[in-house]
Amino acid sequence: MTSILSIALGAVLINNFIMSQFLGCCPFFGVSKKIDTAAGMGMAVTFVMGLASAVTWLINTFVLVPLGLGYMQTVAFILVIATLVQFVEMFLMKSMPSLYQALGIFLPLITTNCAVLGVALQNVQNDYNFLESIVYGITGGLGFTLAIVLFASIRERLAASADYPKCFEGFPIALVSASLMAMAFLGFSGMKIW
Amino acid sequence: MSFAKSLKEGLVTNNPVLVQLIGMCPTLATSTSLVNGVGMGLSATAVLICSNIVISLLRKIIPNKVRIAAYITVIAAFVTMVDLLLQAFIPSLSASLGLFIPLIVVNCIILGRAEAYASKNSVGASAVDGLVMGLGFTLALCIMSVIRELLGAGTIGGGAITVFSQPATIMILPAGGFLTLGFVIAVMQKLLKKGE
Repeated sequence: MTSILSIALGAVLINNFIMSQFLGCCPFFGVSKKIDTAAGMGMAVTFVMGLASAVTWLINTFVLVPLGLGYMQTVAFILVIATLVQFVEMFLMKSMPSLYQALGIFLPLITTNCAVLGVALQNVQNDYNFLESIVYGITGGLGFTLAIVLFASIRERLAASADYPKCFEGFPIALVSASLMAMAFLGFSGMKIW
Repeated sequence: MSFAKSLKEGLVTNNPVLVQLIGMCPTLATSTSLVNGVGMGLSATAVLICSNIVISLLRKIIPNKVRIAAYITVIAAFVTMVDLLLQAFIPSLSASLGLFIPLIVVNCIILGRAEAYASKNSVGASAVDGLVMGLGFTLALCIMSVIRELLGAGTIGGGAITVFSQPATIMILPAGGFLTLGFVIAVMQKLLKKGE
């Protein structure tokens, strides 16, 4: 139980996917202009990360390792993730149209989100078991959601009223704000669990 | 287009990281030292050239509907090769880049060039495009990593030259990465505006 808890806390705060590992920066900067869309993206990423962790763990343990195909990991995982995202999109469109409307536009973008492939590869590297992998995937996604929603709130305020040099307009000022946020997240690095 | 002109486009006016603003994750994560930055840049360049050539060769065979999946498979194959080659011949670099070598697969620059350029142009032109865009990515990584290594570790080129002894460690931590990239892009925007 403690290992599950420490994985969860680690993934959300201490080793936050964006703030300390730089995984998933493209959507982090791309879809963080509004809080609503940021939250939607966060939710979609959490969902896919949890699902991808489970499926890639099964593929790795029952297909790649027994056949001695460990070196095919990257190819196998990315294909699994791409198909998975496609299936999730089709499934949601058919059976849960309301959820599809909320998450739909973000799903294609998630295939090339390095946080998803990153979590699958890290599960293997860290030797997590099935349950630990899923927990790591979901809580990693929650950490991503936390970071992107906080960041979107900062950017909304920045767009409304802020005074900075003209050449910092757009991306640079967003990066500088992200830097200050990363410094705040650095405070968690001293946390230890048992 | 002449080679010099496309080189200028890849390195400066249409630089993938500093102007197109794609490929952020590896730029931020691997620019902690010049050695890492150059290693990452050249690995990605190699993958980019090879994948551009193959995708350009296959551009008339791949059906439109499954093209993204096909591109990703081609890219993943080359990334696996680069990964295994680095593990075999430069294990120290492979260890310090770690997870970010397999993650070249999802580098938006590579898929972006496959979709925007290699799927529409001849083999030779696509290879040149892969080379110049890869060099642009490497250049951005070099600029970032020189600044971060100098301020954050006080050295240049992996400890070969020690410039000062009390560095600001924050610069090689994630916060410093975001900060440096912000300032580099701001300078770039200023310069490009002046050049117009």
